[in-house]
Amino acid sequence: MQIARVIGDVVATRKDPAFEGITLLLVQPLAADGQPVGRPLVAVDSVGAGVGEHVFFVRGKEASFPFHPVEVPADAGIVGIVDHWTIP
Amino acid sequence: MILARVVGQVVSTMKRPQFAGATLLLVQPETPSGEARGATLLAIDSVGAGVSERVIVVLEGRAAGEALGRKLSPVDAAIVGIVDEVEVEAGQ
Repeated sequence: MQIARVIGDVVATRKDPAFEGITLLLVQPLAADGQPVGRPLVAVDSVGAGVGEHVFFVRGKEASFPFHPVEVPADAGIVGIVDHWTIP
Repeated sequence: MILARVVGQVVSTMKRPQFAGATLLLVQPETPSGEARGATLLAIDSVGAGVSERVIVVLEGRAAGEALGRKLSPVDAAIVGIVDEVEVEAGQ
């Protein structure tokens, strides 16, 4: 998983039917110091995250688990909203 | 699995139920000689690791889910060991 900031939402009318009703958000992965690292990516949301929030997301097939038994063809999914993090 | 250093802790109230009670630690992947390499990752901890400790992290969904012990857990990284020592062959 990685921490990230939600930087936008993605609207797609024509898409795989398994995405029906699922929110697609644009997330920017962050380093531990909060700086952006790597490219933004599109993630499915299962926790009700919103633009501007810090979240953590999972990569791979596990991104679809929150939607079980629907097999969502996603490779990144937001699975938690970050309250805060500490780096002593 | 990879070698990494625990660099921080994440607090999250709103998360998938499979994470309930799990410790979420920020880990910085390292080379065998201990240099930081690549992006910071977030891993669940199943061995009681703490900040600044060197750990072994599994980067695969099913294995990480087993570390959490819950079915269909949406995780892809778990700390599965604390490193006492790494010995590297000379020249590597």
